[in-house]
Order: sequence, then C-alpha cells, then structure tokens
Amino acid sequence: MFPRSRFAAIASPRPRRNLRAGAIGGLALLTSLGLAACGSSGGSGSTSSSSSSNPLAPSAAKGTVVVGSANFPENELLAEIYVLALQAKHVKVTPKFNIGAREVYYPQIQKGSISIIPEYNGALLTTSVDTSSTAATTAQVDAALTAKLPSTLEILTPSSAQDKDSVTVTQATAKKDHLTSISDLKPFAKKMAIGGPPEFKTRSDGLVGLKKNYGLTFGSFVPLDESGPLTLAALQDGKVQAADVFTTTPQIVTDKLVALADPKFNFAAQNVIPLVYKKAVTPTITSTLNAISQRLTTNALLQMDKAVIIDHANYSTVASAWLKAVGLG
Amino acid sequence: MSFFSFAWNWLKQPAQWHGSGGIPVRILEQLGYTALALLVAALIAVPLGILIGHTGRGALAVVNVANAWRAIPTLGLLVLLTIWLGFNVLAWLVPLVVLGIPPILVNVYEGVAGVDPELRDAARGMGMTPWQQVRKVEVPVAMPLIVLGLRTGAIFVVATATIAAYIGLGGLGRYIIDGLAVSNYGEVAGGALFVVLLALAVQALFIGVRRVAVPKGLRQQGRAS
Repeated sequence: MFPRSRFAAIASPRPRRNLRAGAIGGLALLTSLGLAACGSSGGSGSTSSSSSSNPLAPSAAKGTVVVGSANFPENELLAEIYVLALQAKHVKVTPKFNIGAREVYYPQIQKGSISIIPEYNGALLTTSVDTSSTAATTAQVDAALTAKLPSTLEILTPSSAQDKDSVTVTQATAKKDHLTSISDLKPFAKKMAIGGPPEFKTRSDGLVGLKKNYGLTFGSFVPLDESGPLTLAALQDGKVQAADVFTTTPQIVTDKLVALADPKFNFAAQNVIPLVYKKAVTPTITSTLNAISQRLTTNALLQMDKAVIIDHANYSTVASAWLKAVGLG
Repeated sequence: MSFFSFAWNWLKQPAQWHGSGGIPVRILEQLGYTALALLVAALIAVPLGILIGHTGRGALAVVNVANAWRAIPTLGLLVLLTIWLGFNVLAWLVPLVVLGIPPILVNVYEGVAGVDPELRDAARGMGMTPWQQVRKVEVPVAMPLIVLGLRTGAIFVVATATIAAYIGLGGLGRYIIDGLAVSNYGEVAGGALFVVLLALAVQALFIGVRRVAVPKGLRQQGRAS
C-alpha cells in the first residue's frame, strides 16, 4: 500500500507545478481548469479527467459530500484541508464543522449524515469501534479498524502525522520530580490533580487506562476541555498538576510544557486518517484524501496548529497555503 | 415524555444520590454559587438603585448601561476571566454578578423613583431627614419592586450557575456538560430537570419573601387596586 502511494505522491505535483507556472499569464478560467486536469491525471489515474470532460454531469450524479469535524481547532483545520482539496477537484462539498466529541459525531457518520471526517485512528478504535481493543501501533490499530468498522464505514490511507493524547506536566514539575515518562508519576499521582475533557474520566484510554497500564490513581480529576485554553490555563495556574494535552498543541512549546513519554502505549497510535461513509465517496474523493495523507506530517500539523491557534491565522488561508506547498492546491 | 423518561431512568439509580458527585451535593453547590453571586449583586445593585431612584441623578445613564449589560455573554466572560485571572473565585463569580445586577438595579430604581411625589412631600413636611425618607417611606413603598428585582436576578443566576461546571467546578452544570460529552442524555435531562426545579423553588421562596417584606398597608392597597 505505502510504496505505491508514495510514488504517486512524488509523481503528481511536479508536472502540475510546471504547468501552473505557465498558466500565470493566462486569465481564462477554462485554461486553468484544463491544466489542473492534466496535472492530476498525470498523478492519480483516470478519475478526475473524466469529471472535467463533462463538468456538470458527474457533479450532479455525485451530489454533495458532507465533511464534518470535531469541536477543536486542529480537527476543523484538517476538515478545511479536505474541503479545499476536494473543491479543487470539483467535488461539491458541504462543510459541517464543530459537531462535538466523537461520541456525538460517530453515530452521525454511521448513518451517513456526515460523509467524511478527519479522524485519529487510535482514538476512533478505542472509543467508538472496539473499546476492548489493545492495538497500539499504527499498523495494529489500522488492522483492527479495518476488521471491526461497521460495513458502512471505511478508513483510507493513514498519514504519518500523529496527534496523540499525552499526560503533560509543566517543565518546572518535570524538573522537580524528575519526570520523563508516565511511569515516573507513580509516587506522585495520589497528590496530583489531573485535568482533561469530561469524557477522559470514562474513556478506556483515559483515567481507566492510566490505572490499568501504569497503576496510577490520581488524587482528583478536574473536567476541563480537550487540550484547550482551560486545560492550559489550569496547568499554568496549578489548578491541575498534570493534564491530557495533545502532542501537537503549540502551547507545549510556548508555555514550556513536557509531554511525558508513554512506553506502555496507554494512548494508542493517533495517526490522522480520513474516516468515510462508503456510499458517499467516489474514486476522486478517495485519491484526493489519500494524497493529503501521504503528504501530512506531525511537524506540518504542529506548524499549522500554531498558525491558527497562536497567530490566529485564518483556517482556510493556512489550509490552502499548505495544500499549495505540497502541490495539492 | 422522552425527556422525563430519560431523566427518570438516570435519577432513579441509587448511585446518583451518593458521594461527592451525587445530586444532593450538586444541588448544594449550585445553591452556594447562586447565594454568593446574588448577595454580591444585591450589595451593589440595591444601594445604587436606591441612590439614583432617590436623587434622580444619573438615572438614564445607569439604567441604560445596566440594560446594555444584559447583552454580555456570560459563558464568554467566564472563559475570558478564567484565562486572565486563573481558576479563582472571581472567574465564575463576576459573570454571575454581572448577570444578576441589571434586573435588581432596574427594578429597585423604578420602585424608588416611582414613589408618589405627594408622599415624599409629606415625609419631608414631617421633618424627616433624607435618610429617614429613604428608610421609612421610599424603600417600604418600593418593596414589591425591590423583591421582584431580587427574584428575577435570583432566577437568572440559579439557572445560569450551571456554567461554573465549564471551568471544572461542580453544580448541576456538571451533569449537563459531562452528559453531553459522552451522549448520556439521561444525565443531561436529569441535570436540566433539577435546574428547572431549583428555579421554581427560588421563585416560590421569593413569593414568600414578598409576603413578609412588603408592609401591611401596601398589601391591602395592592388588593384594592
């Protein structure tokens, strides 16, 4: 699966970029459409050339796909990337962002009221598909998902970008108690308050998992938000001494935090992966989303997160700049 | 039907009634937040309302500012203050006080300003000092509106104190936020049901307060008119 995709990833942007450069002087819309079609047919097969030969008929047949997102910035940004890339391939898209936690949006995509959502493979598996799963690595998690997902759903190519939950402490706490790994918390957990989203209390990779995998029982749990402003403020403020913070949260750098290592894989692999409602996707959609996955890295994701969260850049500006940079814009 | 059956299935479980996250504790927390916020709001709004009602000075500005204040989004203010001030009492107290002040202030002002001018003249003619006029005439006459203002403020605050749960505190909002996070609608409905019941209880309490606080003469007058 991987080698073939990687060749496609390398092959497609180059001819397109050359053609784009030639097209700068040209103003006609028809010209640019024609060039885009040439570029993508060089990359990922015949799917998009057929759609551009008769732009009206296929889009009407395809209808509209609904791209959803969970209720935190990075997921909305990823959804925005999906939307812009699909629109560039002339797919009609209805964005339905900021839906809620997985417990809320997962039943919706199962019914098909959402067609596509950017997912994190590990969390998807352990919160919604198979709560008893012990799969930890990317390959294990994807295999378990492929086997256990309802027949209406499928996962596409995983990206190398990972946004894992982590137990995060301040650098000061880490230094004082010599913490580098979650295991190091053993003597301190009883005196610590740990913060996280409300669902962290009952999720199998939340408090339940930390007790099972590391034998940790925290002094108290403070329900806050999903690695958001309240969680970060609570860490700075000392309201909590540890918190569930995502590994691509830009404040890990700006607020001087330490995401503790997770040697026992309490938090399973969290590769960004498109979860799709099978009936809603076409080969064009699949190849477009897979092309995104092949190019997305954790560092790229961290930089984009910083741009929208810290620098308050516009989501679609950041998303389209990245798509352009990797040759998908 | 489904709302009540959801709520009933949740609250009939004995586990909901015990421990630090049990319903009795959450209700007490909710009442605690409400009582403190209402007290602070009343300490600010009642004297201010009496002052501008008595003197008539700055009435237009204060009442308009108070009404414009109602547009401040309480949840937004809560998150903003939490990030600015950290997790201390002010983070949740200020938004609830801001919510509670306008109805109290506007009603107290209207009550005191609306006292019959002939009554004021009579009080002055009897040789009362301004303080005596306020204490013995204006406040008792304005009492129905003062109590109404406190009642409205209390209902606003008791229903909105659920937002304290948003910053990791307790109260009945805990059930609504935690329940929504995991689609446990029984928990959400149960929490919402108790908020409604508390608001009704507060309403009933202030109807009782009105009986006691409004002077006998005014009560009869009210019945006659």
